[in-house]
Amino acid sequence: MTTKTIKVNYLARVEGEGGLRVVVRNGVVTKAELSIFEPPRFFEAFLRGRAFSEAPDITARICGICPVAYQMSAVHAMEDALGVRVTGALRALRRLLYCGEWIESHALHIYLLHAPDFLGYAGAVDMAREHRALVETGLGLKQAGNAILTLLGGREVHPINVRVGGFYRMPSRRELAPLAERLERAREAALATVRWAAGLDFPERRHDYHFVALRHAAEYPFNEGRIVSSRGLDLSPAEFEDSFEEDHVERSTALHAHLKADGSSYLVGPLARYSLNFDRLSPLAQAAAREAGLGATCANPFQSIVVRAVEVLYACDEALRIIAAYEEPDHPSIPLTPRAGIGHAATEAPRGLLYHRYRLTEDGAIAEARIVPPTSQNQASIEADLKNFVGGWLDLPEEELRHRCEQTVRNYDPCISCSTHFLRLELDRG
Amino acid sequence: MTRQRPRLAVWKFASCDGCQLSLLDCEDELLAVAGAVEIAYFPEATRGTVRGIYDVSLVEGSITTPHDAARILDVRRRSRQLITIGACATAGGIQALRNLADVREYTAIVYARPDYIQTLATSTPIAEHVSVDFELRGCPINKRQLLEVLAALLAHRRPVTPAHSVCMECKARGNVCVMVAQGTPCLGPVTHAGCGAICPAYARGCYGCFGPMEMPNAPSLSEHLAALGMDRATLARFWRGFNAHAAPFREEAHCHDD
Ligand code: SF4
Repeated sequence: MTTKTIKVNYLARVEGEGGLRVVVRNGVVTKAELSIFEPPRFFEAFLRGRAFSEAPDITARICGICPVAYQMSAVHAMEDALGVRVTGALRALRRLLYCGEWIESHALHIYLLHAPDFLGYAGAVDMAREHRALVETGLGLKQAGNAILTLLGGREVHPINVRVGGFYRMPSRRELAPLAERLERAREAALATVRWAAGLDFPERRHDYHFVALRHAAEYPFNEGRIVSSRGLDLSPAEFEDSFEEDHVERSTALHAHLKADGSSYLVGPLARYSLNFDRLSPLAQAAAREAGLGATCANPFQSIVVRAVEVLYACDEALRIIAAYEEPDHPSIPLTPRAGIGHAATEAPRGLLYHRYRLTEDGAIAEARIVPPTSQNQASIEADLKNFVGGWLDLPEEELRHRCEQTVRNYDPCISCSTHFLRLELDRG
Repeated sequence: MTRQRPRLAVWKFASCDGCQLSLLDCEDELLAVAGAVEIAYFPEATRGTVRGIYDVSLVEGSITTPHDAARILDVRRRSRQLITIGACATAGGIQALRNLADVREYTAIVYARPDYIQTLATSTPIAEHVSVDFELRGCPINKRQLLEVLAALLAHRRPVTPAHSVCMECKARGNVCVMVAQGTPCLGPVTHAGCGAICPAYARGCYGCFGPMEMPNAPSLSEHLAALGMDRATLARFWRGFNAHAAPFREEAHCHDD
């Protein structure tokens, strides 16, 4: 019996710390494990006893790459618990902020983390030596996303302007005008990105994923919608825990989410969002996707780079629409009265569905918190991809095979720092 | 070539990655920085690694596991200069709230099988484990300050990062004082400068993410906050944020525990 173990101890260009291990026996992949070394930080524990109003700032620190997602899921869950809804211009501003995070985070992944895989470089800095213009386009796009975060949120990482009930300070129409100019240019760059990404060389690998994403009556989903799936699920965020659960397994030393009904894996993130919401994209984004050769669904994870580019284009388009329609609201936030209750929310982080649940006491203190980040939901799918794809690459030289495995993981842009529950790895070296 | 470019490494311990992301957020300067230093180890950005000794190590994150407590010793041995970036590395971060609790209880709240978890009872700053050459504050760090640190390094001088309070920056920015004008609780008077007084500029009080300034007068601020109507429990919580383990904040919070 020949045994081959592929190990990548430190996965580069993923946010956070992870490694992977694939075991091959007689030419068949018997095991594929993504491991997380991220030390636990116990957010759900120390949130207990904090005021409801502190949740957006505290949970933002779960992940520096997608703090807005944490802030948004937190504020919506709290508003659900307090029985209020933020509507109109304030709701639109939240979407605008989310656009900023999507643009920033996707541009970072497309150009600095993922592109080097396709073009054969160790990282963006090496890539810039021969593809400087490309890297500069990516940085410019990323900066446009950051410009939204900085203006509306106060700073790029861990914005300070988000609160339960709205914002601390709202921007004036005048302040938003220069942002619009910049976003017009970003939209051009995003269009060019879709075209460029479409021309990359993709391994022909598909998988029959169970896609899960939000779906909203009229919008491509950011903050709101029902949780729907390609196999017919249709739930309110409050029903999330009826259908999905997380397991704590020693083997992988991280919480894995799966469907409660049959323990099967599912996929959240750009591919799922796109495949379930193609008809909600703006006409420009739909046309660009078609031109890039994408159908109304996409099940090749290597093409996620194109789908991310389409989403960046959409986010630029949507941000411009919001800015054009913006009328300053009378107040930056709505009044809130603490009360006992339970609140749920799911929003679309760049990497996929992010679920929060809080139980509040009468005085508005957090009695219990539950957070399910996208990367914990996608772990099972990442491992399934490795199991399915690696078999076809076994004849490749060791280094290239290892690289393909890494790339398979990077397709997901795994944000391992969403480490609420992630723990340190003990490798089974068997 | 006689003098090689200084070798830079970026390390991560318990953190959210936000501080190292600040380096990639220097969109205008990133390629220039990458030209001036050799990025020898930065797994979040590149697969390529150069082993050996690093001229400068930027360290993000706090020490929370036995493995990391050993790893930081190795990082120190291999670094000519070790610079901590952010509140996690400099003060233990938000995860240092565990220092006040029973970590076994915390583990049981989050994990179904606490016996699978290896973690220390505390989250501690890097300086409690090894000597640190320079500490950059903030949760997250300010990217201008990060660039200043790198520029100073290349010029073989000490970085200039003023140790006065956020109040000074607030005045310089021309903000109206939120505490005086609106009675909004604010940690600005005791918090280390560096952010540019963003929170007051957005009509909210400072929540101290840059940690204590040099010689803060925390008790006097507590009195002021109490006069604004803050009760003892809220006051204790107010001091226990992203720099809860930093001595002046930790001690002041403790004064308001029952
Ligand atoms: S200091 Fe704050 S921003 Fe920096 S790594 Fe720690 S939690 Fe993230």
